[in-house]
Amino acid sequence: MPARSDVSIRGVEISYGPVRVLERLDLEIAQSEFLVLLGPSGCGKSTLLNAIAGLTDVDDGQIWIGGTNVTWHEPKDRGIAMVFQSYALYPRMTVRGNMSFGLRVAGAPKADIERRVREAAEMLRITDLLERKPSELSGGQRQRVAIGRALVRDAGVFLLDEPLSNLDAQLRAELRVEIKRLHQRLGATMIYVTHDQIEALTLADRIAVMKDRRIQQLGSPDDVYLRPANKFVATFVGSPAMGFLLGKLGTDPSAPMFEAPGVKVPLTGYAFAERPVAGQGVELGIRPEHVLHGDGDIAADVEMVEPMGSDKLAWLRIGEQPLSIRLPAETPVARGDRLHLKLPAHRLNLFDAASGQRL
Amino acid sequence: MKSSHINAQIALLPAILIALVVYCGTTGWTIWISFTNSRMLPSSVMVGWRNYLSLIGNERWVVSVTNLFVFGALFISAALVLGFLLAAMIDRHVRAESLFRSVFLYPFSMSFIVTGLAWRWLLDPTLGIEKLAHAIGFSWFHFDWLVRPDRVIYTLVLAAVWHAAGLVMAILLAGLRGIDGEIWKAARVDGLPVWRTYISVILPMLTGSFATATLLLATSVVRLYDLSVAMTNGGPGVASEVPAKFVMDHLFERANVGLATAAASTMLVTIVAVAAPWLYYQQRGRRT
Repeated sequence: MPARSDVSIRGVEISYGPVRVLERLDLEIAQSEFLVLLGPSGCGKSTLLNAIAGLTDVDDGQIWIGGTNVTWHEPKDRGIAMVFQSYALYPRMTVRGNMSFGLRVAGAPKADIERRVREAAEMLRITDLLERKPSELSGGQRQRVAIGRALVRDAGVFLLDEPLSNLDAQLRAELRVEIKRLHQRLGATMIYVTHDQIEALTLADRIAVMKDRRIQQLGSPDDVYLRPANKFVATFVGSPAMGFLLGKLGTDPSAPMFEAPGVKVPLTGYAFAERPVAGQGVELGIRPEHVLHGDGDIAADVEMVEPMGSDKLAWLRIGEQPLSIRLPAETPVARGDRLHLKLPAHRLNLFDAASGQRL
Repeated sequence: MKSSHINAQIALLPAILIALVVYCGTTGWTIWISFTNSRMLPSSVMVGWRNYLSLIGNERWVVSVTNLFVFGALFISAALVLGFLLAAMIDRHVRAESLFRSVFLYPFSMSFIVTGLAWRWLLDPTLGIEKLAHAIGFSWFHFDWLVRPDRVIYTLVLAAVWHAAGLVMAILLAGLRGIDGEIWKAARVDGLPVWRTYISVILPMLTGSFATATLLLATSVVRLYDLSVAMTNGGPGVASEVPAKFVMDHLFERANVGLATAAASTMLVTIVAVAAPWLYYQQRGRRT
């Protein structure tokens, strides 16, 4: 592996014809970091990955890998390896052929190729598949082979473009663990594109949540989950989704308060990013598992209960507004019950009702 | 259940009868006639292999068969190569793609008679390209293959390739468009040059399209008749004769039905000899 494998994206802009796909994007990815680009389809995350790989030309800005400006280098000269959603295996070659072809064309010594293929195959437990054709493999096996083809390149940076999206749920969980283990073992920098927030939260050292050509938030999974930077991040990350109550801030500046019909929540202990404006319209967001019940003073009616195995989700109505609460599976709760809720200030997320930005 | 089975068979009976009588019956009758001494009208006097022996000794037939193999080999390979190059070029996102596609496919919309006539004019030294070259001052230019017995078959190849390359392009372009774009990306990350990607990765993925194109080209080789009639009428001499024309001429003009059917039967046997193993191989490939 090359000595340095950090990635630096500096002011990158990309347009397809008149359509702007990425807008002055800056991103620093440290050596050996696992960075996930998370976002809905069309947010530019795959374009960014392709630009790092050198498969898409940038209109402006620079891309540095391992301390070298590679903006205009061919993909093969960037010290990267890539794994694709559709696996992109060469269908008429055996697994061994797929893994070794790039090295053979590059003129690597035979013994070297043999050794690298063997090591990668052992690491991914596909040694007994080496002489098979891709058409004879299952989806999970094909993606292992595609990862193997990336491994033999001995690259410092791995780019993974939705590698698990074509697999069923069980295989996805299995390979997710495998990829994490691989990252720990190789110590390579990994940049991973997905629209699946579970993958992002479980794999990432840091997550870059993207939407509308921009990074909306860059932070650790905890940051993104517990302190979303805006309402989009708050709704996109987390399942079951965060609940929201529309209201406004109280007028007493010494004792900040969230007010909505039937709801009064003291905000003492909430870490405001800037001084709140009295009377400002805000949205209060809280994750279902952070809603407490029992001795609170917010009355809520249970409208529906969804059992989820380990716990259950109750859909509530507070006045006119819906909210959900996550309860232990054994909690006796049924439709029509009345709960008394408490919304702890340090678990709240307040967003400006107009801009959606976190307060 | 059982009665509907019988109904279906009754409904199919005409089709089965037609297939048996028209295909098998006439084929069988042709083969039978080739063993008789039929001249202008069919006769039933058996003469054994005499028609076949005279066929082997017939210089025009030998030339026809040789021409067919030369033409077939050159035409199929040239049309495949040219068609693939055109398809690959269009697939690399040239401008005005649909215009090029139409232009390349256009010759195929014409009959071989028209193609043959057009190329006969173009290649005629006193009318076409050569005359044009002389008229604009290139007096050294010389291209008289159309009237040279040893070269005339290549002019047929030229016209036929012009005619069919667009079709090959269309078939292969459809195949190329079916290839996942991520394969190309993977090849670029692997550092494969474009030509190497085409040869080692893309071409092997197009075997189905190539088989289809080859089959279509092969059928037009076997029934090659109108191009030769329109372009050279078999000449100069018998230099551009082809088997189908040999059969037609002996059947209708030379009043030698026995020889004509012997020639037709020989063609059939040759085609079966080529096609049968191929079909068998295809079937087996599908089963495994």
